[in-house]
Parts: sequence; structure tokens; C-alpha cells
Amino acid sequence: MSVIALHPKQQQEADGAPATIRAPSPAPPTAPLAFSLRGITKRFGDKTVLDGIDLDVPQGQFVAVIGKSGCGKSTLLRILAGLDSPTSGSLTVAGGSAAERRSRIMFQEPRLLPWARISRNVEIGLTGIARGDVARDLSLQILQEVGLADSTEEWPSVLSGGQKQRVALARALVAHPFILALDEPLGALDALTRIEMQQLLERIWQQQKFTAVLVTHDVAEAVALADRVVVIDEGRIALDLPIPLARPRHHGSPETARLEGQILDRLFGRG
Amino acid sequence: MAKTATNTIARNLAGWLLPAALILAWETASRAGLISESVMAPPSAVLAAFVRLLASGELVENIGISTLRALSGFAIGGSIGFAFGLANGLSRLSRDLTDTTLQMVRNIPHLALIPLVILWFGIDEGAKLFLVALGVFFPIYVNTLLGIQGVDPQLVEMGRIYGMSRRELFFRVILPGALPAIFVGLRYALGIMWLTLIVAETIAASSGLGYMAMQAREFLLIDVVILSILIYALLGKLADSFARLLERLTLQWHPAFQPA
Repeated sequence: MSVIALHPKQQQEADGAPATIRAPSPAPPTAPLAFSLRGITKRFGDKTVLDGIDLDVPQGQFVAVIGKSGCGKSTLLRILAGLDSPTSGSLTVAGGSAAERRSRIMFQEPRLLPWARISRNVEIGLTGIARGDVARDLSLQILQEVGLADSTEEWPSVLSGGQKQRVALARALVAHPFILALDEPLGALDALTRIEMQQLLERIWQQQKFTAVLVTHDVAEAVALADRVVVIDEGRIALDLPIPLARPRHHGSPETARLEGQILDRLFGRG
Repeated sequence: MAKTATNTIARNLAGWLLPAALILAWETASRAGLISESVMAPPSAVLAAFVRLLASGELVENIGISTLRALSGFAIGGSIGFAFGLANGLSRLSRDLTDTTLQMVRNIPHLALIPLVILWFGIDEGAKLFLVALGVFFPIYVNTLLGIQGVDPQLVEMGRIYGMSRRELFFRVILPGALPAIFVGLRYALGIMWLTLIVAETIAASSGLGYMAMQAREFLLIDVVILSILIYALLGKLADSFARLLERLTLQWHPAFQPA
């Protein structure tokens, strides 16, 4: 067990402690944990954005985090990806070496370098990991998986929004991360492209078996993709709901509708 | 392919149609006696002066001297401006320390310093280099700084997330992002480079194109005066074309430089 962001006092305890595995509520107790958050609190000035979040996520789970704008869900994701540190609380990521618990984050904007060809953009995902021909082969492989084998030598400016996000996904996945954090990556896409991307994301997640944390404001997307939906309201977890639906899932089935209704009720305080 | 090549050549030639027509009209007007020879020498006389000076070696020598001055001044001022632009774009401390001073100096027209520069350097090479370097410094400095400050912070964050070192971040994200603005500065600077040099050579020099023009004025050789002016125009255009070529080569990714 290795600790990424801890208070100095807690650091000692965690280093000395054996790898303890807690049973997370909705997942089977046998699955080892990918990461766990304990009492994560984040303040910006006097504004408390996150207020004591506890969350255990088993390896390979697909978690969706939902909340209204400004509820702190993106901050939570940034803490998980190591971009921000919590004001207090701890994040513990399982796994051995740094490479084995690598996490990647994907944003709403693709953030591709406009001056690098598509394949070079994907190779950025291998910075410090592989270079030269190895990096090139790996990036071509993953581009093929996301369906962009024909565009490897294009400039980003000629691609559509959905294609750019696929490049960003390829870049995030080329080094086979342990955790993939997704910050509304499909939010800016049109409805049809979004469904296509959801299917792509699901397929690659099933192949690569990483742990996925998807922040979204789209309840239907959360229910379509996730094993578990966590609703955050005013900096706290308001609902932690398993989605026990078989895959591939179909949009608009009665069971999805019921779960979506349950989440929406909670979001608007009718639950 | 052949068709697009012909199109490109045709489009490049189109820009020269107007100057050619002007020269033709000028020659005709001179021959018809509409323009006095003491006001404007006809193009044929200018051409003759060109051939004469070319044969005597005077022209090549003076162009060479002027070009050398222009480029050395540009290299000195441009590299200092670029270095300050980089430093102030990348480091807040450096910007806080120097930017106010540089902005104040920038507001002094550098040609206003000519009397002072002559007092310091006489009419030696130093005077010309100093003026050109000073003139070139600011467009390069300001645009490099703007370019670096304008780099998308989301891309910089992305580079950091993916573990780029400071060096990689600079060469793969920041510098390419600042390049379009740096080229704007480069093109401005090349214009200022010639302008400064002409003024400096006209006022205080004993060789170079500006000196050649001033000498010709004393002997009322109006064809040589006009020839020097035309050569300045050509040299300026050449420098600009060179900058645009560099731009096209390095900014291939930019939608503005992609074939439609």
C-alpha cells in the first residue's frame, strides 16, 4: 500500500500498517481496493468544497460521481489524480510501484498539442515510460483500438470534437493506467457522438480492467456506464448506489429509468 | 499537382503586377516630358545607374556593408529581446524586476537617441549596431513575452500531469505555443531593422546604402538616389519573405497555414 497525499501524522501510521482491506459497501468484499479516501476535506478560503468524503473503490470498478455544478466533484477528481492536495484527510492508493498505481486524468477539453501530429500527441502519454520506436508502436496500437488508425499523421485541427476526445483517451490509456479519472470528458460532445464514446469507453474499460472514476452531470450517462453511482451534495456523499445492471446496457430500459429517477430525486432533494 | 503549382506561381506573380504597371507608367510619363529629370529620373536611367554601379563594384560593396550591419544589429538586439521575453514570460520575479523599466525605455523613440549615440560612438559601426539592436529589441521582446503568456495554461497543466520535465515542457509546449506571436515580432523587427539602418546611415556613415544615397544627393545624381530607395524596398521585401518562409515551415500545424 502506498500513500500519495497524507498528513504527516497519518503518514507514519499508514507506512507502518499492513495492507488492510476494508469491505466497501456495494462491491463484493473479496475485491481488493484500488484506492480509498478517508475524511477528505478541501477548503478554498472559508469556502468548504469537500467536507469529509470517505470512499472505498475496489479495483476494476467503474464509479460515476454526480452532483450539481460547484458541488466539489471535480475537486474530488483532481485530488484523486494528484493535481490538488486535500486540506485534510488522506488518499491511499493500492498497488506496488509507482508504475503499477499510475493514474491518468481526462478532461472535458481534449488538451491536445495543436503542433504535434496525432501519434505524437498520444506518445505524450508515455513520457518517461517509453520512447522512440517502442513509444510509437504502443501509440499506434492504442490509436487502432480507439478507431483512429487512419488519422495517426493528421494535425489535431482537422479532427472533429469526438475524434479529438478519442485521441485524448488514447493518450490517457497508452501507458495502461491503474486508475483513470474522467472529468466530464463527453460533456462537450453532441448526443450521438456521446453515446458512441460511451460504448467505446465501456469496451476499453472491459479490456484493460482499470479502475474508472467518471465525474459527470449526465445521470443517464452515469447509469449507462457505472457499476456504482456516488452523488455528492454540498461536499458530502449524499447517495452511494450500486447499479447491478448487466452489460451491454440499453438506454431507456425500465430498470435504468428507475435508477435514474432515484438519483434525480436525491439530487433535487425529493428522496 | 501541376495545376496547383501553376496557380501558386500565378498568385505570386499577381503581387508584382501593380509595381510593374507603375514603373511602366513612370517611364512613359518621363519620356513624354511630364516629369522633370531633376525631380524623378526615369526607370531606364535608374536601371543604367544600377548597371554602372554594379560594374564598378560599388553597389555590391555598399549592399554588403548595409546587410552586414542590419543583420549584426538584428542578431544582437533580437537575441537580447528574445532572452528577456523568455525570462519574463517564464519567471514572475524576472518580470517584476525588469518589465516596468523596459516598458519605459520602449516609449522613447529610439531614433531620438541619434544625437546621443553619435556623441558616444561617433559615426563608427558601434553607433549603427546600437541603434538597430535597440530598435529590434522591443518588437521581439514584447511579442515573445505575449506569446509565452498566451500559451494555453490547460496545455501546460496537461504536460505537467504527464510528467514532462521543465525542459520538455518548454520545448514541447511553451515554445511552440509562443511561436506564432514570436513570428509577428520577428516581422515587425525586420521592418524596424531596415528603417533604423537607413536613418542611421543617412545621418552618420562613411559607407553603406544610406551613405551612397546621401553622396548621390550632393552630386545631384537623382537616378542613384532612386536606385538606393528601390533597393531598400527590395531588401525589406526579401527579409519579410524569409520570415514568412520560416513561418510556413514551422507553423504547418496552424490552420492558417494548411492548404484549404
